[in-house]
Amino acid sequence: MKHIITIIIKQLKDTLKNKTVLIQFVMLPALTVIMVNSIRLDGMPENFFVNLFASMYIGMAPLTCVSAIISEEKEKNTLRVLLMAEVTPWQYLLGIGSYVFGVCMLGGAVFGCLMENVTPGGRALFMAVMAAGIIVSIVVGAAIGVGCRNQMSATSVTVPVMMVFSFLPMLSVFNDKIEKIARFTYTEQIRILVGSLGGGGDYARSAAVILLNVAVFGIVFSVLYRKNAL
Amino acid sequence: MEMLVEVENLAYSFGENRVLEDISFKIPKGKVIGLLGPSGAGKTTLVNILTGQLVPAGGAVKAWKERLVTGIMMDSFGLYERLTVWDNLKMFADIYQVSGDKIDKLLVRTELINAKKTVVGKLSKGMRNRVNFCRALLKDMDILYLDEPTSGLDPATTGKIHELVDEEKRAGTTIFLTTHNMHEAEKLCDSILLLNEGRIIEQGVPREICMKYNQDNSIEVALKDGSRRKFANSGENAEMLAQMMREGIIASIHSSEPDLEKVFLHLTGRKLNE
Repeated sequence: MKHIITIIIKQLKDTLKNKTVLIQFVMLPALTVIMVNSIRLDGMPENFFVNLFASMYIGMAPLTCVSAIISEEKEKNTLRVLLMAEVTPWQYLLGIGSYVFGVCMLGGAVFGCLMENVTPGGRALFMAVMAAGIIVSIVVGAAIGVGCRNQMSATSVTVPVMMVFSFLPMLSVFNDKIEKIARFTYTEQIRILVGSLGGGGDYARSAAVILLNVAVFGIVFSVLYRKNAL
Repeated sequence: MEMLVEVENLAYSFGENRVLEDISFKIPKGKVIGLLGPSGAGKTTLVNILTGQLVPAGGAVKAWKERLVTGIMMDSFGLYERLTVWDNLKMFADIYQVSGDKIDKLLVRTELINAKKTVVGKLSKGMRNRVNFCRALLKDMDILYLDEPTSGLDPATTGKIHELVDEEKRAGTTIFLTTHNMHEAEKLCDSILLLNEGRIIEQGVPREICMKYNQDNSIEVALKDGSRRKFANSGENAEMLAQMMREGIIASIHSSEPDLEKVFLHLTGRKLNE
């Protein structure tokens, strides 16, 4: 546990000086604050921006941050040094994962605070949905980080994957065909769940899709981990 | 003499490329062992195997105890460039459960105390090497692996690193040092292994290795008039040398045994720093 805390502290100090990672955590919550407070259109669905940007945030921030952190540590040999210093691969991954989860949940809390006309229970459910989505994204990001040798190759894989998961929910609103594909992704299910916090959502189906996503990406991660280790 | 590590018939391949073959040697406790060889000889691969980062294709590495505590200073830095010197070391101190006082002592010893709040990315290569050295010394270890600790450094920084290694040596730390610098090996090591193309071609005390390959067996005399004369190292020349000394015409006398560079060249046909 001590090693995991050490990794979290290290990552916290590093993020404050790492603009690339820092911007991922801050950008969408900040953008949502601005949009919610500055744009009001007639006929706009309730919590439109929160709903849209929260699912984008889930598909973008944890995924890119985890893959960037792991691939940078691999490239700069810091991970090698850590693993030689009595830190196990799982302690490292748990440390990075916990850190990204914690920071992204803070971002999630910003979205939660911006939601209007939602009961405290609904807000709690929103945070639970955010947590589930962030965990899936962390697993996807970790799979990319483990599978890639350096930052360059990690970025080239992360960008298309991140775009698929963060933009499909937005595009699915405008196109039925895209929606049929997007419904198999966890970010789309999170958008649907967040949009139906007041009731009427097919929670079981959404939960099943999210769990399926966890299983699929968990398998991808474990295959890449066995092949490449850390 | 108590042995800390015993390596037997070690082999390693990258694909079909045999990198190390039939490597056998012992690391005695409290001694400095140098692994000397040109770039690409397999030095870093051997250190990676000894430190458990690579699994050998054959042979065995036997340690004196089940889990040796090792300190490692690698050729690549592995430092967090956005963090300060202190933060880098504190992180590992926390992992090793070492107090912050030890960090300060090491920073004083390596003359980095004034740079403790400096971000590592702003340090020179020599300073980063010293941070790396501090990190390697943070925990109480059985053996310290130094992989090319002075590679690419200026003479002053190299001298500082040598001083630090020498201090550790005097403190009784067992050190395994890789280098392609024969002066470094001669200066710091009790015993050396000459590695070429993945094989150990000679091992022993540097001086003894040089004597072993002393085929010339002659003495060179520099005279005060600037000329140099070479004599066979035999009794016949003793009186002549004594006479020259009595006449006071000798500026200096040199033995002619080869240095490690010449031994390596003799054994492999190539230079150490190729």
